[in-house]
Amino acid sequence: MQLGRVVGTVVSTVKDPRMKELKLQVVRLLDERARETGGYAVAVDAVGAGQGDVVLVASGSSARQTALTDGRPTDATIMAIVDSWDVENRVIYEESPGGAPEPPRAGSGRP
Amino acid sequence: MRLGRVLGRVVASVRAADLDGEKLLIVQPLDAQRRPAGATVVACDVARSGPGDLVVWVGGREAALALPRSFVPVDATIVGHVEQCEIAAAPRR
Repeated sequence: MQLGRVVGTVVSTVKDPRMKELKLQVVRLLDERARETGGYAVAVDAVGAGQGDVVLVASGSSARQTALTDGRPTDATIMAIVDSWDVENRVIYEESPGGAPEPPRAGSGRP
Repeated sequence: MRLGRVLGRVVASVRAADLDGEKLLIVQPLDAQRRPAGATVVACDVARSGPGDLVVWVGGREAALALPRSFVPVDATIVGHVEQCEIAAAPRR
């Protein structure tokens, strides 16, 4: 699976009938240090993730192995919402209470 | 399957069905010389691995087959702990 942050939603009216009722999210992929890799995925949301949430994305035919995506033409599924992770005993990411934080914006300097 | 080094742990309380209780670890894939090779992956674990361990992991749909409930959206699973890994030297010409 890959780490990523939900940054948007895809709206598509004209689509394969088997894709109906699936929520598609745009996920910007993150590396183990929580840096954006430059890659992204459009993924079916199987867990009710929201904008800004850090999630895990399963790819390939594994993505079809949910009741929601079984037999559907999809290759990426959001299958978990990440609370935290650590690398070499250092916490790299921890969801802040009261909702996921937006990534810091360039130029929004704090006092 | 590929070799990998476990770097850390992922905590995720909201999961797709039948994934409750599965341990999630961050794995750095390694080449045959045990040098880092490619982007890290998050993998389930059936080999009781922990950070620092050298492991063998499987990717793709087969990764789900290693788990007790195999109809799950999992594309990487650690299937073994590596105690020793010998590679024969290339024959001399």
